[in-house]
Amino acid sequence: MKSENYMELKFPSKSANEAFARAAVACFAAQLDPTLDELGDIKTAVSEAVTNCIVHAYPDELGEIVLKARILPDSVLDIVIKDRGRGIEDIEKARTPMFTTGGADRSGMGFTIMESFMTEFRLTSAPGKGTTVHMKRKIIRRGGKK
Amino acid sequence: MKLTSYVQERQLTVALAGEIDHHCAREMMEAISEKIDLYLPLRCILDFRDVRFMDSSGIAVVLHTLRRMNTLQGKLLLQNIPAQPYKVLRAAGIEKITEIKEECPQ
Repeated sequence: MKSENYMELKFPSKSANEAFARAAVACFAAQLDPTLDELGDIKTAVSEAVTNCIVHAYPDELGEIVLKARILPDSVLDIVIKDRGRGIEDIEKARTPMFTTGGADRSGMGFTIMESFMTEFRLTSAPGKGTTVHMKRKIIRRGGKK
Repeated sequence: MKLTSYVQERQLTVALAGEIDHHCAREMMEAISEKIDLYLPLRCILDFRDVRFMDSSGIAVVLHTLRRMNTLQGKLLLQNIPAQPYKVLRAAGIEKITEIKEECPQ
């Protein structure tokens, strides 16, 4: 689909980049004039996806995370977050609410939140090759806009 | 991570602030646990008034604190939760396992 605007970021899997990634996507999304609620949902979903890369894709080393965002027609924000880390063995299990391999520090709610806070959510992963999260969020146009 | 707390009659109030994510969650859990171990409160209140953003790492912080309070047979209460953190907490059903006071979704 033809995009009206796009951006791409590459950064190492350092936890300090969680805040950077969600803030960058929020700034990019601002041109769609989202509500605070919509922006909150998008930032939360991005934070979950990037955290997964840091905690699960590259547990013992620093790796590269690629984040792409596009504006599609009809005010749709399209986000792809990709790593080349160790991948997910059992996708169904990983998506189960409260399931985590991350220990007591993690809640196991990441995929559940991405899925429920975004309009579309797709997860592809291959063990040893990496994981890609593809999410879309339609921004509702409000009164006063064309 | 910023965290301030005060104790009154075995009630510990911890005011969380800023953005709660995986980057700061462990430090935050440990800081809260330290306060609990120090004051052995009967009731712990986590105040979210100044939390600007929270992802699911905040759920783990709440669950961790809840477990600490359960072992002390004390209560945990959450208060002043802004809309964004509240939505994240609700996604995990936190309102069913802890008491929430003065929530303030916009």
